[in-house]
Amino acid sequence: MKLHEYQAKDLFARYGIPVPRGEVASTAAEARSVAEKLGGKVVVKAQVHAGGRGKAGGVKLVQSPADAEKAAAGMLGRNLVTHQTSAKGVPVRKVLVSETTAIATELYLAVVVDGNAAAPLVMASRAGGMNIEEVAEKHPEQIIRVAGDPVYGLWPYRARDMARELGIPPKLVRDTTALISNLYRAFVELDCTLAEVNPLVITADEKVMAVDAKITIEDDALFRHPDLAKLADPEQEDELEHRADRAGVKYVKLENGTVGCMVNGAGLAMATMDITKKAGTNPANFLDVGGSANEERIAEAFSIIVSDTDVKAVLVNIFGGILRCDIAARGVVMGAERSRSRLPIVALMRGTNAKEGREILQASSLNVTFLNDLSEAAPAVAGVLSTRGGAR
Amino acid sequence: MSILVGKETRLLVQGLGREGSFHANRCRAYGANMVAGVHPGRAGTKFEDTVPVFESVADAVHAVKPNVGLIFVPAPAAADAVVEQVDAGIPLVICITEGIPVLDMVRVKAYLKGKKSRLLGPNCPGVITPGEKVKIGIMPGDIHRPGRVGVVSRSGTLTYEAVMQLSTLEIGQSTCVGIGGDPVNGTSFVDVLQMFEADAGTDAVVMIGEIGGTREQEAAAYIKKMKKPVIATIVGQTAPPGKRMGHAGAIITGKAGLASEKIAALKAAGARIADSPADIGRITRDVIGK
Repeated sequence: MKLHEYQAKDLFARYGIPVPRGEVASTAAEARSVAEKLGGKVVVKAQVHAGGRGKAGGVKLVQSPADAEKAAAGMLGRNLVTHQTSAKGVPVRKVLVSETTAIATELYLAVVVDGNAAAPLVMASRAGGMNIEEVAEKHPEQIIRVAGDPVYGLWPYRARDMARELGIPPKLVRDTTALISNLYRAFVELDCTLAEVNPLVITADEKVMAVDAKITIEDDALFRHPDLAKLADPEQEDELEHRADRAGVKYVKLENGTVGCMVNGAGLAMATMDITKKAGTNPANFLDVGGSANEERIAEAFSIIVSDTDVKAVLVNIFGGILRCDIAARGVVMGAERSRSRLPIVALMRGTNAKEGREILQASSLNVTFLNDLSEAAPAVAGVLSTRGGAR
Repeated sequence: MSILVGKETRLLVQGLGREGSFHANRCRAYGANMVAGVHPGRAGTKFEDTVPVFESVADAVHAVKPNVGLIFVPAPAAADAVVEQVDAGIPLVICITEGIPVLDMVRVKAYLKGKKSRLLGPNCPGVITPGEKVKIGIMPGDIHRPGRVGVVSRSGTLTYEAVMQLSTLEIGQSTCVGIGGDPVNGTSFVDVLQMFEADAGTDAVVMIGEIGGTREQEAAAYIKKMKKPVIATIVGQTAPPGKRMGHAGAIITGKAGLASEKIAALKAAGARIADSPADIGRITRDVIGK
């Protein structure tokens, strides 16, 4: 679960990580009054769950409260389109109004889990403010990595070494060490999958400060953080992905796809997408209905898939195990009826109650092509699209 | 011969809720010897009127000496269940539970260091040795057939798909192992490949990997040294970077996580690649010359 910058900064402040003074505003008038409080010269930042705000006009440096109001009015209530969002963009409901900082140096700092080492990993770089993935790819030597201890945490000397290696001025090493340690502590205590400061700034008057803040909380750990769960902002997520979340289905929308995929199991779902692609057609989504799906959940999954107007055919690939094929089939019929979908369906059903599943689909009024094994899927989908494509 | 589980397996099932009970019964029906159940508040009762149920794993170990523990405990308490089984000295702990917080697994993994127990999973389908009629997990038993090809995979249903392809071509399996889809898990591809390499009952190995992490590259480094042939497939070629594909581990966060990088590493190590997951059976048949 992603947090907004202002929420992440609130958490940072709680963990003793210095952030610029600022307040969140929901209206242009509020933005103006915050700017007045902060002395007039402020930065107005659109609060969205996407990076690349600066280049997209979502971050404005202004000289007066009146300009802050104007900048906020230009952002609030509109959609911001960045290189990380869809073409539609994401809605801006709040802006963060912050004091400006005279920046001397920009650094990068983040904590993630390193799966191979099975420990949290602190990463830092002097190439702050830049796209860190690009740095990691082109100049991996510029990223300093320090592993945490799964039981103890981050040993302070390692944070200190990291600060020194970053070239922090001697008089700021102590503050930087504390900041790194505190970020690590926040990461672990809040069950984050990412805690990132980009940029971490050394100001002209020699202070270290988190000028931006990004936190992602692990969804699987939200059960022990009811306070954080309240910070969710579903409006920022893809509408269909959010609907899938609520239904307990794992769904990821893919750009430019025409073949809806309905599968049980993440690995088989990826395999199904790959096979679709090999046939020269494009998968429209990843979808794993999960092991313990019932008819209701399958129906909702089907209806989510066909709500994507790019979808021209649906490939159903169910390997019955925990989930029985007859239940999946009933769910598909229910979902198609509810969403009034007339899209052609290509179905592969194996495992538990496969025969019953086929019979249910056959007896329905749906337009279904049956397959016997996975190798038939690709040509069948391509065939359906070329002969009946567009039927809806 | 087989790896991890066989005739000698004495099964303990922890977490006898709806799913745990259902699968415990399926394991028994396939032929597994279930000697104990562990479920809070049910000590002294019998599962299906035959298998004794205990309050704690230690009690069960003391009374009936199980050597494989299967965990169906819900995610918030699953890490604790793993540690309980390790502390009780169960040599092989198989955790089916999905959705365990990754930082819980980080702590469990650290705790396992220096202990005698092996953890398989979490978020895995388990292990099956068809030739000895031992199924310890949630896979459908009837698609398997006894034979000499080992299968190791990060995925559940995709493993069933691969097994189905093999069985349809009358290629039987020695043991099929699911290592699970999470970024931090107990047993790696390399661990299982080493076991298959040493197993007299296995002639070739099918390995099913996916995007995310670098475990397939580690496997490639070991495959280079193996005498037995390996057939590999990597799914997620069409997955966009930064999006989690269901499994917590299946997310492309750097170049190494790409399917293309993994395929290149495995190919260079001498593994035969099934470009399409639909070709796993056919390519295995080519490789073993059946």
